[in-house]
Amino acid sequence: MPFNKREFLKLAGLSLAGLGLPPALRSLAEADLSRVAPRPGALVGKRWGMVVNLRACREGCNDCRVACHRIHNVPAMPNPGHEIKWIWTEPFENAFPGQENLYLDQSLKGKAAPVLCNHCDNPPCVRVCPTKATFKRPDGIVMMDYHRCIGCRYCVAGCPYGSRSFNWLDPRPYIKEPNLEFPARTKGVVEKCTFCEERLAKGLIPACVEACKDKALVFGDLEDPGSEVRALLGAHFSIRRKPELGTQPQIYYLV
Amino acid sequence: MFDKAKILAGLLLFLAILASPVLYNLARGSAAPPELKTGTEEKKCLEPTEYMRAGHMTLLNSWRDSVIRNEDRVYTASDGRQWDMSLTQTCLVRCHSRKTEFCDKCHNYAAVTPYCWDCHLAPEEKK
Amino acid sequence: MLEKVLTGSRKYWGWLGFLAALIGAGFFCYLWQLRDGLGITGLSRDVSWGFYIAQFTFLVGVAASAVMVVLPYYLHHYQLFGKITILGEFLAVGAVSMCGLFIFVDMGQPFRVLNILLYPTLNSIMFWDMTVLSGYLLLNAVIGFVTLDAESKGIAPAPWVKPLIYLSIPWAVSIHTVTAFLYAGLPGRHLWLTAILAARFLASAFASGPSLLILLILILKRVSSFDAGKEPVQKLAQIVTYAMILNVFFLGLEFFTAFYSQIPGHMASLEYLFFGLEGHGKLVPWMWISMILAALGILLLLNPATRRQETLLAAACLAVFFAAWIDKGLGLVVGGFIPSPLEKVTEYAPTAPELLISLGVYGIGFFIITVLYKIAIGVREDLAA
Repeated sequence: MPFNKREFLKLAGLSLAGLGLPPALRSLAEADLSRVAPRPGALVGKRWGMVVNLRACREGCNDCRVACHRIHNVPAMPNPGHEIKWIWTEPFENAFPGQENLYLDQSLKGKAAPVLCNHCDNPPCVRVCPTKATFKRPDGIVMMDYHRCIGCRYCVAGCPYGSRSFNWLDPRPYIKEPNLEFPARTKGVVEKCTFCEERLAKGLIPACVEACKDKALVFGDLEDPGSEVRALLGAHFSIRRKPELGTQPQIYYLV
Repeated sequence: MFDKAKILAGLLLFLAILASPVLYNLARGSAAPPELKTGTEEKKCLEPTEYMRAGHMTLLNSWRDSVIRNEDRVYTASDGRQWDMSLTQTCLVRCHSRKTEFCDKCHNYAAVTPYCWDCHLAPEEKK
Repeated sequence: MLEKVLTGSRKYWGWLGFLAALIGAGFFCYLWQLRDGLGITGLSRDVSWGFYIAQFTFLVGVAASAVMVVLPYYLHHYQLFGKITILGEFLAVGAVSMCGLFIFVDMGQPFRVLNILLYPTLNSIMFWDMTVLSGYLLLNAVIGFVTLDAESKGIAPAPWVKPLIYLSIPWAVSIHTVTAFLYAGLPGRHLWLTAILAARFLASAFASGPSLLILLILILKRVSSFDAGKEPVQKLAQIVTYAMILNVFFLGLEFFTAFYSQIPGHMASLEYLFFGLEGHGKLVPWMWISMILAALGILLLLNPATRRQETLLAAACLAVFFAAWIDKGLGLVVGGFIPSPLEKVTEYAPTAPELLISLGVYGIGFFIITVLYKIAIGVREDLAA
């Protein structure tokens, strides 16, 4: 059956078009995936932030870390090099490297300070992420999209605070009591504190804030002049970690 | 042509190898599509069943981006019902809570291994 | 031209077989890493980039060094480099391929790598790095093949190659500048936060790349019919000399700024690398070996008597290559993470699977270089006949 080039191309083109017909027809029966809306009853803020009252924070207490890590399925890795932590305490001199001196106030010397992601206003981690797997929400939260993360760890290099952890191994075997209401993560992605955005969406404050019996952690909208965080910042001197780097961290510490 | 016998034999062998999965299934008698058990009382699918069968990954990917990237958590289905966009809290709790009797049955039959379960924790199933 | 790959001496096939074995071993270790995660490497929460990224950083420099033969020959008609530009271009192809592979094996979710293209993020230097490196690979492959093909037919290459060649010159500089920008813009890592990082990278590249090229030329003289001649090699050696002196000078500049200013952030990483910090000093011997090798290399290269003697020249090139490999690879990458942002020292050493995977990638790179060089040599042999 002698075919010339033109007839062959016409047939090929028609066949290709024909291949596209079933999916096109099927899509007519599709759902309208654009009918989405925010959940009512969520906590809404213009700029979320946190005030950590170091004077109230009790030495040796780990309630914030325990609560956070439990509800977020943060694993307990056996090798300290593979540690994953979202909120934890560091000695004052490590959390605030520029502030130490020989004659530091006794109450601050070696004091355990809770550290976590600072949800910076000018976050270097977001700047460097090649896929926008970490991104800044309009309400100020620096968010993580674990589905998109390629595990390049550029954000880990970019964070000046050491707030981010990478899953070097599969975390599932090391999650003591899984919380089925929140996903775990898989190996090969970076994770960190996301200000409990899933709880904010349900009208709940972050787990660490709720767990702190000494009310050392105060969460609120920094752009609401009537909020508790603003009241605290207005009444007391506060410091932030490495302010000279221009990251504009939004975790304020009362010393 | 030269070596006609060898070439034709080789071609036949190649076609046989190429078609071997199909021939194997024809010989064995392929299994019928599996019987699914939802494990819940919900009788009506989120969207038309035909769409759910073919398009649930599209739906889930769209839900994923809505929740994570846009903070939208409420989905209005074509029949007007509203749902919280969550694989584990909606799909698995409200509609088909037995992953092994529902999700895995079809996935195994179709030989797909979605990696959702690497992170998303399925509800515990009573034995 | 490609058929030249299929015929060769026993040594040729033996060499390719050896590389295939390295690649196989690396591949199996990589399957292990895919299954279990990057936890099988020596990386940790504090030192999150290590051997793989160190190799990537170093090899981008080797790739960029092709410009050191391309620029004089194509832009300034420096005839002495006429016969070896193809070697520089093909070395660049092999080196950039290794760069891409080292990035790939370092990814936590490698099968999602295309997300970089699906969701292009123009403010991320990593996006630009992927772009410029892919472009450079394409440029050198096309330029190499087109010019070689034309040469084999005894005609001038197609006119559209000329603009590509001119483009490859600033592009070579750009690939290493962008790679330096990966590091030099991170506010939390003070070893890298220096304006001269790109300049250091380029100096180190123009020292290590041409040294490798010299070594390859000397090897080719022994295993094949390809003889580049004494003068091109001597000129390359001069380039290596000046580049390495600049490289060491730049390191001295870093030391001055850090230790004269006495700012802890500037000093800490250099202290860790060269003197040890808080009792930790795994990399100290390596850094001093690197300094000794650098000094040795420079001295041998500066002295014309030793530079002209081939064995000593080879020794000098090896010394310069490894000095740069240590200082720019492990020294720079690992040193940047120590001390951690919380002022802790967590040391790093690559594990066996990590090294085997790396050897596998080197195997692939040298396989590519071998095969491409074989084609070039084959074409030249045909022409000589």
